[in-house]
Amino acid sequence: MEGEMQTESKIRADSGTEPGPRVPGCSLRHFACEQNLLSRPDGSASFLQGDTSVLAGVYGPAEVKISKEIFNKATLEVILRPKTGLPGVAEKSRERLIRNTCEAVVLGALHPRTSITVVLQVVSDAGSLLACCLNAACMALVDAGVPMRALFCGVTCALDSDGTLMLDPTAKQEKEARAVLTFALDSVERKLLMSTTKGLYSDTELQQCLAAAQTASTHVFRFYRESLQRRYSKS
Amino acid sequence: MAAGFKTVEPLEYYRRFLKENCRPDGRELGEFRTTTVNEFGAPPTDAPDKGYVVPNVDLSPLCSSRFRSGPPGEEAQVASQFIADVIENSQIIQKEDLCISSGKLAWVLYCDLICLNHDGNILDACTFALLAALKNVQLPEVTINEETALAEVNLKKKSYLNIRTHPVATSFAVFDDTLLIVDPTEEEEHLATGTLTVVMDEEGRLCCLHKPGGSGLTGAKLQDCMSRAVTRHKEVKKLMDEVFKSMKPK
Repeated sequence: MEGEMQTESKIRADSGTEPGPRVPGCSLRHFACEQNLLSRPDGSASFLQGDTSVLAGVYGPAEVKISKEIFNKATLEVILRPKTGLPGVAEKSRERLIRNTCEAVVLGALHPRTSITVVLQVVSDAGSLLACCLNAACMALVDAGVPMRALFCGVTCALDSDGTLMLDPTAKQEKEARAVLTFALDSVERKLLMSTTKGLYSDTELQQCLAAAQTASTHVFRFYRESLQRRYSKS
Repeated sequence: MAAGFKTVEPLEYYRRFLKENCRPDGRELGEFRTTTVNEFGAPPTDAPDKGYVVPNVDLSPLCSSRFRSGPPGEEAQVASQFIADVIENSQIIQKEDLCISSGKLAWVLYCDLICLNHDGNILDACTFALLAALKNVQLPEVTINEETALAEVNLKKKSYLNIRTHPVATSFAVFDDTLLIVDPTEEEEHLATGTLTVVMDEEGRLCCLHKPGGSGLTGAKLQDCMSRAVTRHKEVKKLMDEVFKSMKPK
């Protein structure tokens, strides 16, 4: 039985500057992941991006209510709990986004008439929350051993008033930005699985952000691979 | 014969049609009816110059047997959030226009979008209905009486809202990771492997790219969607202008 496996990684893209304050351009914040930290859920993971932290737990494949049963695939459910207050309409919207992303990736056909529940708890929010939730959900699904056809990751891009692109913005940068775009990309071909945006931007800017997000996702997937390799190489 | 085939293998039935590049039942949009109600409220403390716009999408059993009466279900909440995002992102009205007296009194616009008939693609219909309703809103003039510190509403003098941009939503359904259909009906949405909604204003700027999961799309396919959204915007704008011209001024 593996204990907790903590992996940390400081990812820098092309610029090659020394670690410390981030260079706006193509760098992601320091991220860390911890798996199998909760004893009751089948799989759990905690994902940290800078100061944003999300805890995810996965129960499944498990018993499903007859009213929610689907005859040929698993019923996926996502519950997102904000840090403070009761869940509202914004949480429902995010739950739908995360659920549809997971449904595209999870091989539900292998577990018909079952339910797979992903519970996400926001521990701290310092920008790029939805991307962090997606990453935590993916790691938790892997920890639970749910069959998936690909991994997915979330990347956030912010565009400020003069068109400069910032990846993985902090809360302050998100507030000051003209537009904030969040993408979920799959690991096989870096296709766009989910996108949600805030603010006004042009068509070309969208393509630029998507390209930057695809490059950044390579780093995230490399991190996933390293952390899982480290975890399973011990046992 | 065809009806039996359709029930047993709905996806195959659609695939046969898609191969011939046509759709079996023509396009139908879900109808929408919008009402906006004006009310007074105090502006939020962190933005003393702004008023409120509160959208609410109501999907009742009237529009489709899928929905039950009671508190709004997930689909209604997601649609309401989408409309709120569109209003905020596209800046269709300046919230400052809704302020009557800074820090004390502002207009609260309640936009209730009631679906009468649901046949897929509610997000497009909602955005259009909202735009039409906001164009129709007339706010009476309000003066604050300095002696009594009460607001006096002059119902005889009304003015229209200043609509700055005209966002138009275009929805697509993705089939089998390759085919894209514009303006899907309910059956098509149900069978599709993914959906995508693009909200564009008249200058070609994107207000919202809403892709709630589903099968993956490459950058090239996305570009294709953008160009179709631009053409759709032009068609819808023409239709809108005709409708507004025909509305009787009060």
